[in-house]
Amino acid sequence: MSVRGDGGPYAPLGASRALESAAAWLFALLWLLPLLYAVWTAFHAPEFSTRFVPLAPLSLENFVRAWNAAPFARYFVNTFLLVTLILGCQLVLCTLAAYAFARFRFAGAQIAFALVLMQLMIMPDVLIVENYRTMARLGLVDTIPAIALPYIASAFGIFLLRQAFKSVPRELDDAARVEGAGTIQVLWRLYVPLAKPVYLAYALVSVSYHWNNFLWPLIVTNSVEARPLTVGLQVFASSDQGIDWSVICAATLMTSAPLLLAFLLFQRRFVQSFMRAGIR
Amino acid sequence: MIQRAHHAIHGWLLLLPAMALLALFTHWPALATFIDSFWSTPRPRRPAAFVGLDQYRAMLADPVFWQSVVNNLWFALGTIPVSIALALLMAVWVNDRIAGRALVRMAYFTPTMLPMIAVANIWLFFYTPQYGLLEQVLSHFGVATHNWLGTPATALACVIVVAIWKEAGFFMIFYLAALQQIAPVLAEAAALEGASRWTFFRRVQFPLLMPTTLFVLVNAVINAFRTVDQIIVMTHGGPDNATTLLLYYVYQVGFGFWDTSYAAALTMVLLALLAAVSLCQYVLIERRIHYR
Repeated sequence: MSVRGDGGPYAPLGASRALESAAAWLFALLWLLPLLYAVWTAFHAPEFSTRFVPLAPLSLENFVRAWNAAPFARYFVNTFLLVTLILGCQLVLCTLAAYAFARFRFAGAQIAFALVLMQLMIMPDVLIVENYRTMARLGLVDTIPAIALPYIASAFGIFLLRQAFKSVPRELDDAARVEGAGTIQVLWRLYVPLAKPVYLAYALVSVSYHWNNFLWPLIVTNSVEARPLTVGLQVFASSDQGIDWSVICAATLMTSAPLLLAFLLFQRRFVQSFMRAGIR
Repeated sequence: MIQRAHHAIHGWLLLLPAMALLALFTHWPALATFIDSFWSTPRPRRPAAFVGLDQYRAMLADPVFWQSVVNNLWFALGTIPVSIALALLMAVWVNDRIAGRALVRMAYFTPTMLPMIAVANIWLFFYTPQYGLLEQVLSHFGVATHNWLGTPATALACVIVVAIWKEAGFFMIFYLAALQQIAPVLAEAAALEGASRWTFFRRVQFPLLMPTTLFVLVNAVINAFRTVDQIIVMTHGGPDNATTLLLYYVYQVGFGFWDTSYAAALTMVLLALLAAVSLCQYVLIERRIHYR
């Protein structure tokens, strides 16, 4: 028997395999081109930003200038706090709700579940006007919790964890209860450990989403103290710099670097997580 | 009886925190948007007044609204089929045993990982008149210089290219997962029958990928109607509103002109569209289950 994905009667061989590989590689190169272009510009002096001399001297000058031109250190801290806050709260809230949906029979459970799923359709991204008003009423405008709050109760997370919890054998649950474990203990000792891969998948998706999120943070923040990286980068690129592309490219790469590095290191994990999160 | 009450209490207690936040930041704002769209925007000297359908009448008479709808439809039509087709092609390639497929897969997927606002800046540079890479390459072929993002005829197409580039690798992942779940026995059986590779793809693989295509399609449509990041970075909806998409218009009206009630009416259009998409998905999935 052949292993999945390789061999098989339709696997290309010989010349056709070479041709297919070449096409795929060419396409990959084309796909990376904008990124390679940005890397080239960021690591060279401005006079080389559009002249491709192979031996042009490398320099980190653009990164230094970008770092000094805007409070990127603060933006990094803000994004880090934001992503941690969102993920931490999401994990707790979604776990509790998912457990209720997976293992408790009670009146209104189906309606509640339908109300949760509504969020998959009506995303917080679309409700910016009213959510801004709510934040103003709560006095939270221009704070990190204001960016986080609309995303904390995540329908996607609840749905994913509910599926995971449902696959846990009921006998294990019953056995633990006979031993005298309470609801929260059973959840913590039994369900959470068994759903670890799902937690990891969800965490990766959530972190990359909120690291990259832009519109809502742009609207609800207006000071350096609360701005995440994406908004900071936009403020920097649109006002402070004019059109010094070398510095903008450096700043762009800098803000994406942690996520990109994490992705390159845990590539397989990331891809598997996105797959797992997508298949319902 | 006690068991049931116990279940109900524990169940609702577990749900409470998530439901409270959902109510506050999803259900209430959706309802408030609906209500606000029937009122006028409060101004310092003039409190909000009930105006019935006036906001919607104004909307129907607003050429920018119509342009944003048309733009958004073109945007959807431009991005969705191409990014799905490319995603499928990429997945088939990466699924085959080509040389260095891990690297190739990574190259396809990388744009998905990066912040849209970051890559939009890179593309902005790419499209810069005279200076950008696109112009440089084209000038070698003797093409006259052209302001790609500054001309209404080409601006939307430029934004569409960025969206495809960002999205195709993401959709590829789902196709790849689905392709790997197709039993190898099917390929062996088809080969015994003497089917060509194209026939095998068209008659076996593609139909089996239908659920994935549906999932990807729904996601692509939703993404198309909430695209806004690259518009803010690259064009600000211009030139001449040529790249104003619905959510960008909501943002502009709500936070540029501070006409919150009109923004609420516009948001209702967006919500109705998203609801329609979800409804379609639901109906299609129901049908699929019946056919099984």
